[in-house]
Amino acid sequence: MREFGYERVHDVSGAVALLGADPDARYLGGGTNLVDLMKTGVERPARLIDVRDLPLDQIEATPDGGLRIGATVTNSDLAAHPDVRSRYPGLAQAVLAGASGQLRNMATVGGNLLQRTRCGYFTDTAKPCNKRVPGSGCPAIEGEHHNHAILGASEHCVATHPSDMGVALTAFDAVVHYETADGPGELPFAEFYLPVGDTPHLETALPPGALITGITLPPAPVAAHSRYRKVRERASYAFAIGSIAGALDVRDGVVHEVRLAFGAVASRPWRAHAAERALTGGPATGEAFAAAADAELAAAETLPHNGYKVTLMRNLVVAMLTELSEEAVR
Amino acid sequence: MTTTTGTAAVTPSVGTAHTRVEGREKVTGAARYAGEIPFADLAHGWLVVSTIARGRIRAVESAPVEAMPGVLTVLHHGNAPQVDGEYVGLLGKPDPTVTLFQTDRVPFAGWPVALVVAETPEQAREAAEALVVRYDEEPHDVAFSAAHPGARKPEDPSAETEKGDLAAELAAAATVVDAEYTTPEEHHAMMEPHAATARWDGGRLEVVDSNQGSMWVADELAKMFSLDLGSVRVLSEHVGGGFGSKGLRPHQVAAVMATTVLHRPVRVVLTRRQMFSITGYRSPTVQRVRLGADAEGRLSAFGHEALSLTSTVHQFIERSADYGRAMYDADAHHTVNRVVALDVPTPTFVRAPGEAPGSFALESALDELAEKCGLDPIALRARNEPEAGPVSGLPYSTRRVIDCFEEGARRFGWADRDPRPGLRREGRWLLGTGTAAATFPSNAMPSTAAVTAEADGTFTVRITAADIGTGARTALTQIAADALEVEPSRIHMRIADSDFGQAMIAGGSMGTRSWAWAVTSAAKELREQLALGGAIPEQGITARSNTAEAIGALAQKERHSFGAQFAEVAVDTATGEVRVRRMLGIFAAGRIVNPLTARSQLRGGMVWGLSMALHEEAIRDRAFGSHVGPDLAGYHVAAHADVPPIEVGWVDDPDPDDPVGIKGIGEVGIVGAAAAIANAVWHATGVRHRHLPIRPDRVLLAGTAPGGDVDA
Amino acid sequence: MAPAPSPTYSAITLNINGEKHTLPVDHRTTLLDALRERLDLTGTKKGCDQGQCGACTVLIDGRRAVSCLQLAVAAEGRVITTIEGVAEGEDLHPVQQAFLDLDGYQCGYCTPGQICSAIAVIEEHAAGWPSAATQDVRPEAGVQPLTAEEIRERMSGNLCRCGAYVSIVEAVAQAAEAAQPPSGGSGDGNGATEAEAAV
Repeated sequence: MREFGYERVHDVSGAVALLGADPDARYLGGGTNLVDLMKTGVERPARLIDVRDLPLDQIEATPDGGLRIGATVTNSDLAAHPDVRSRYPGLAQAVLAGASGQLRNMATVGGNLLQRTRCGYFTDTAKPCNKRVPGSGCPAIEGEHHNHAILGASEHCVATHPSDMGVALTAFDAVVHYETADGPGELPFAEFYLPVGDTPHLETALPPGALITGITLPPAPVAAHSRYRKVRERASYAFAIGSIAGALDVRDGVVHEVRLAFGAVASRPWRAHAAERALTGGPATGEAFAAAADAELAAAETLPHNGYKVTLMRNLVVAMLTELSEEAVR
Repeated sequence: MTTTTGTAAVTPSVGTAHTRVEGREKVTGAARYAGEIPFADLAHGWLVVSTIARGRIRAVESAPVEAMPGVLTVLHHGNAPQVDGEYVGLLGKPDPTVTLFQTDRVPFAGWPVALVVAETPEQAREAAEALVVRYDEEPHDVAFSAAHPGARKPEDPSAETEKGDLAAELAAAATVVDAEYTTPEEHHAMMEPHAATARWDGGRLEVVDSNQGSMWVADELAKMFSLDLGSVRVLSEHVGGGFGSKGLRPHQVAAVMATTVLHRPVRVVLTRRQMFSITGYRSPTVQRVRLGADAEGRLSAFGHEALSLTSTVHQFIERSADYGRAMYDADAHHTVNRVVALDVPTPTFVRAPGEAPGSFALESALDELAEKCGLDPIALRARNEPEAGPVSGLPYSTRRVIDCFEEGARRFGWADRDPRPGLRREGRWLLGTGTAAATFPSNAMPSTAAVTAEADGTFTVRITAADIGTGARTALTQIAADALEVEPSRIHMRIADSDFGQAMIAGGSMGTRSWAWAVTSAAKELREQLALGGAIPEQGITARSNTAEAIGALAQKERHSFGAQFAEVAVDTATGEVRVRRMLGIFAAGRIVNPLTARSQLRGGMVWGLSMALHEEAIRDRAFGSHVGPDLAGYHVAAHADVPPIEVGWVDDPDPDDPVGIKGIGEVGIVGAAAAIANAVWHATGVRHRHLPIRPDRVLLAGTAPGGDVDA
Repeated sequence: MAPAPSPTYSAITLNINGEKHTLPVDHRTTLLDALRERLDLTGTKKGCDQGQCGACTVLIDGRRAVSCLQLAVAAEGRVITTIEGVAEGEDLHPVQQAFLDLDGYQCGYCTPGQICSAIAVIEEHAAGWPSAATQDVRPEAGVQPLTAEEIRERMSGNLCRCGAYVSIVEAVAQAAEAAQPPSGGSGDGNGATEAEAAV
């Protein structure tokens, strides 16, 4: 780890100004990902701008029935908040499925959105990786990839996004707010993460130097009936091999509204729009759920050792929607 | 004053629960492990390991790094002190991985190529990361498979045993099982990384270390650095887990080299990632098991062929095929351990070496045989109880494996089990139960001990034992108390200091048995001296023991611990998730000295078996020859949420030839546990999983059809 | 234009176990290394140094955190409690006592982290925080008892390679029971481990 400067900032404009002045600077939130990457040499910032004391640690209900969540709210506080648990229980479950109690106490919402892939080639500076060193290659394609992407990947990178929180946020149409030297801006979640293409090192649409200040969750009554389920290689404290956020509103046996998003299958939390379209207005039956999953997964491109994820996600869609529809009937 | 022993009626301590004598230190954080003893003027060493898997070091560009802040020296093959790599230690010649910086050859990825020493750990780390090492890379081969042309039978005559005509008996058998099982590369992953601080103190080399045998490490260091054994002292008071990995490793040698060059104390602590390449691991295995039985399930043919890998610089063989040599007999009986040398780090002993992977294959195959014969798996084993060692012909000291099964079956509720697979469903979960046998050799090795009657009426025991979490310190305290017939509170137990003399290491489930013998013997001698009467002088009265002669006189027998493992699992075949719901292990493992810590140790072994069955797998990239994700996020060991209630019990089974009756319990707990779980997964789903770990993707792809057996 | 280089060292004051320690730190120094290498508080253990094992768990502002990913300089102004600070003088914390009595450890290296984590788990549950093991996370579902399954999930960030998990869960259950009013217990006096299956 190289030597670096450290500044603790107390106002957003000060933070943005400091970062703008130093291209080798990084914002430090909980540090649960950045400090680890600094230890492995993947990140080598010259200066850290500690944003933990910024006044962005509140969760507020918006007048329209949504929520505004500050960027420095910790994962723990997000998952424990009564409004989150009541209006978006699937989001609380997603956050609780991630990492450990210790890490959730440290990690922040803003940092969670910007966390990097856990691909074992990305985190090993002795190996090539197009995300870390553009143009160096993607050894995962020929190598170890049993937990790599099946959707939206490219020949340049097959890494997955590790967030659980993000999967629920994309299902609930979160909007990311940020601040730059030129003033504030916002990005809908659908536009926040960039397609992989031939630029896997460019991960988000945030302007250079932007500081995430928070996210808003628009009102979504369907989200009150939501869940998150995560499959991983041990029962807890592990990244997903496949996860799903779902919300369902069934009226008279017909799908009135549905939200579905997948984790651990793509370079970003994956909103299953094709499945949602296939389901909306149709019957809430097992056959329809399976057909919707197939509609989404038709675009899957698998490698020799990750093809099981297609089956896994299909089964998770059916199981999740079946569970939600049965509960709705009860 | 006069010290007395055995005068008051003292309740025997052995056999009763005793909390750990160092427990308070451990729960308050006061217990200091190797990297935690303060030293004035301490410097910090950081190893640099190779990024290539095979080749030569062309250059170590140390000059820019030597100019970095705080850097004191950079040691590498061009400037390191010369050491002797040809000596013979406890386990033979040393693995060249530990004779640091003597060659420009790189035989595997992660090979130590340099040590950077600096004033602070932060400076050492950055300088080590900045050090440029140029290599001439050569093609490497890390592809382990049953078909590897380099696979061979080692010269060691014990590699193979054979009696009868296996092919003929298989051809004549009413029922045959012929299956291949594999286990992956597995790591010790103990919580405390290897750490050592070395310094020269008045002409003596002192090393504060974390190891499984301080005299062992002292002896190796003395020989490697051509020193008198008396001028080397190694201490290892508290050890944060060992499991076979904590012998001589590069960190001690690096620290000794650096302190010799710098004339100040130097500490070297391995990083978690370095541990994956230079502290040993369990080789992956491919095992073919062939069993033939008559219509009643009696074994007529028994074949177990195991292949493991080793490095190109040192041979270690994972002896998986040894398992059946003491366990099951047949008219035709063949076992062989083969090995292939690849461009990988040297594997080593990992908890139940041989028996852990061997029992997975064999106890799974027996379950398959029971299914084919239409027999209960316990009945099959009962039908195949040998009278004597199948290979040796020697009698068993004791063998209560069927008693373990019967007691286990009663407590587990086995009698109610429907043997048919795939029938029990609870919500999304399919449920199943499985069982397997366990065994591990019981041996003792010569040790010395000293017991001192102090003037204040207490007793001090000195023995170069190691407590790596086994509870040895507490067990030996109880054993000494009983031997002296005093309360345990009057015993000061001092261990893990090579100045206390030669003693067995904490390994092979032999530590506590070997040390207890020496302590008992010295205590007996002391009591005889004290019986003569008289005052205790200020320096106390000391009696010493050496058990070499007594152990050498032991009759040749098949001496083993045994056990029966039971597991219940739940499997979601839609997601591939497997959860273990409960486990039970019943053991016949000699006299249990301390039921409290023994239960913990046996349970810990069973947790290892669970972890082996479902989680553990180090992945090596063939193109680079190095690991992918060598850390505790990439290498999963069981976490709290994976571990269900685990019950442990034992049947009375004292070893008649041991002064305390001990057999050893460090390893038998893992043996058979993975097979019991795999057998339970079959019972739940109807699918045989012959490849560990039983990962979700494998379960998912196999489904529930019997034809879905995971064979490739 | 390149910014002026900022200093890479700072003099900081850390508030640890009720005592203030002023020391210059390299900004690279983690709280874990500051404790172990600079302040001789070696009860906090380094197992992986990457946030993957939990051995370095301490309490920061009353909440459990892994000190290996916490930079020391960023911990200034926070209230830090380590394993050395959880007992009341000679009287062990109830969680420490339960680990000692029930043999909730073997080698002892993960133990300080397990104990600090367990102290926080009991408080988090008392504060009504749900976990991934909580069937219904909605506040209207009320606080669910601290079952063995809940303890296992909440403690999962603390690995124990010796495999002492079963006794650790028993110890946490016993300490949690002792910390609660008699009516609010989570089961019988044997702790919750025998109560139910894991899934």
